[in-house]
Amino acid sequence: MTIATSAHPTAEQSGGKTQIKPYTMNFGPQHPAAHGVLRLVMELNGEVVERCDPHIGLLHRGTEKLIEYKTYLQAVPYFDRLDYVSPMCMEHAYVLGIEKLLRIQAPLRAQYIRVLFSEITRILNHILSITTGALDVGAITPALWGFEEREILMEFYERVSGARLHANYFRPGGVAWDLPAGLTDDIWEFTERFPKFVEDIDNLLTDNRIFKQRTVDIGVVSKEQAFDWGFTGPMLRGSGVAWDLRKSQPYEVYDRMDFDVPVGLTGDCWARYLVRMEEMRQSNRIIRQCLKELPDGPVRVEDRKVAPPPRGEMKRSMEALIHHFKLFTEGFHVPEGETYTAIEAPKGEFAVYLVSDGTNKPYRCKIRAPGFAHLQGLDFMSKGHMLADAVANIASMDIVFGEIDR
Amino acid sequence: MAEFWSGFLLPLIIIVLKILAIVVPLLVGVAYMTYAERKIMGAMQLRQGPSIVGPFGLLQPFADGLKLFSKEHILPAGSNRVLFYMAPMLTFFLALVAWAVIPFDTGMVLADINVGILYLFAISSLGVYGIVVAGWASNSRYAFLGALRSAAQMVSYEVSMGLVIISVLLCVGSLNLTKIVEAQQTIWFAIPLLPMFVIFFISALAETNRSPFDLPEGESELVAGFMVEYSSMPFALFFLGEYANMILMSGMTSILFLGGWLPPLPFAPFTWIPGPIWFALKIALCLFVYVWVRATMPRYRYDQLMRLGWKVFLPFSLVWVVLTAGVLVTFGWLPK
Repeated sequence: MTIATSAHPTAEQSGGKTQIKPYTMNFGPQHPAAHGVLRLVMELNGEVVERCDPHIGLLHRGTEKLIEYKTYLQAVPYFDRLDYVSPMCMEHAYVLGIEKLLRIQAPLRAQYIRVLFSEITRILNHILSITTGALDVGAITPALWGFEEREILMEFYERVSGARLHANYFRPGGVAWDLPAGLTDDIWEFTERFPKFVEDIDNLLTDNRIFKQRTVDIGVVSKEQAFDWGFTGPMLRGSGVAWDLRKSQPYEVYDRMDFDVPVGLTGDCWARYLVRMEEMRQSNRIIRQCLKELPDGPVRVEDRKVAPPPRGEMKRSMEALIHHFKLFTEGFHVPEGETYTAIEAPKGEFAVYLVSDGTNKPYRCKIRAPGFAHLQGLDFMSKGHMLADAVANIASMDIVFGEIDR
Repeated sequence: MAEFWSGFLLPLIIIVLKILAIVVPLLVGVAYMTYAERKIMGAMQLRQGPSIVGPFGLLQPFADGLKLFSKEHILPAGSNRVLFYMAPMLTFFLALVAWAVIPFDTGMVLADINVGILYLFAISSLGVYGIVVAGWASNSRYAFLGALRSAAQMVSYEVSMGLVIISVLLCVGSLNLTKIVEAQQTIWFAIPLLPMFVIFFISALAETNRSPFDLPEGESELVAGFMVEYSSMPFALFFLGEYANMILMSGMTSILFLGGWLPPLPFAPFTWIPGPIWFALKIALCLFVYVWVRATMPRYRYDQLMRLGWKVFLPFSLVWVVLTAGVLVTFGWLPK
């Protein structure tokens, strides 16, 4: 029986005073609410969380180092595998960084396509975030409804890139190929149905008393705390800071888009949930504008030193053939320099710090993942709350371990 | 010898047969409850539910049962072997034994005892032991927390449930379940005692650890709570016990508030249908609401659940008991 009691809180007799040790619990990495491979070492006082220590690194694959040994083009697929819930946004930051170093700009149509798919990705991400968040506080139905919509969006992914998840569609200087015929119509049709879906989720969750009891005033992050801990994205906007890179330093064609940046007032899980809900509606608006304004033209730069020549040209021109060969063996060389290129990923500011030494491979590629900064806040957000609230906090942070562990 | 036969053996055989007549349909009911739950939730969640094993997936519960039978059972290191196996048995046993006093029709009851409702109440209260013992004996932190939660939860909801039952008893004047049903000939208690009915139903959800009160299991917090270490048959016993309890609580709800085996209206087309079928239909209706709630509601937090039990339900049901008693005395409606 001595072993049997070992898991239970122990009281030590010391000098007549009984000292009760906190109840240490290992939360994850195999835990349904750990959102991947999060491991938390929690110290509990009854059900109240006293300390919450995230242990990361279980999904570390050495992406940054691997990229140093790949040509610029070969490194693109690694970005899909960072935040695997929003792959194309990850690619976006990387290709924008390369383009900045190369001093080229993608053709207008390519920019529209990229914005279009960035916003589709944002919806893809927020659906997962909101519905699994609801799952973490015990509501099962939204998750299954949400996955139905995600499936449709992933089909768009598949039609444009051939892969449902790891798209590898964006390229330095544009996108891999043009949109297939009929895709724009189907996306348009989706945007007409989508607000109905958001409303359904709204009906099920937003005014549900239990859902509100579980999220309001849970994990409050003040403005100052959000700044101090480097929060970005919905985590920052939920605390009342109207900061969105798409507005503050527009990249691509975001400056032509008409959309609002939702801001939460209270900084709790509830506010972050509302911000994400509204962002889905705004993304829908952006997608519709992109589809309306989508210009004709090439989808990749004409510079043969960066983008391969068309197949037909290769059959006739020796120079084109050489370009093709060099691009897919050696890759293009990027002039010396460094850049910090940030985009507004669904989870926050995702950035790539690229250092080029003039060769065909990046000298260093540092990735700034928003989730990494957010996860640090888990301790102060969960302290004094109950175990179930810690789970709600993890869900509202929208962490994905692909990008945190890299 | 003849005396032995007619005085002891024959009654024994009859009792055993009666028990089997209750337990076997109950277990089949449990099996199909899981099937119905999956089908109903499937329909609510834009999916199919089981559809492969047998026509419309009707054999799925048996496939699941077979799977659980054939699995390896694991005894966690450092667990208390006796208690570990005793807990699921206790849960299952209690879930079955409570059915002894449930009347299915006039006179159709295994033990028509005068304190039927107290017996039911006592048995359902004992259910907490299975869970607490399981949580303790597993020697796992998650299971331990789940057991703590469930002990607190079941105790707090029993208090308000007890008061709800008292207000029903005031209207009946008997603790016998058959009498309780017969007192509803004119009107089901769900109508005059509507708030009590609601409180009883919600408390029954909490008592059976169903969503939104499924804290002892708390999938997203405690993984599976008190049964996190259980596998194979011990797990299956918990599972069967839990669903048998759900059916029991639905049965209790229909006896106390929905007129048991009585037809909804006491004339021709309704009276053609035999009582046990009405009873089963009412149980099915309650179970459907159980599943419906599960598909709709998020889970309460531990302290919120306690608050609801002690600060809302308890005072409210206390006031209602006083009110009911007052009304009955004032108008002279007290049952003789």
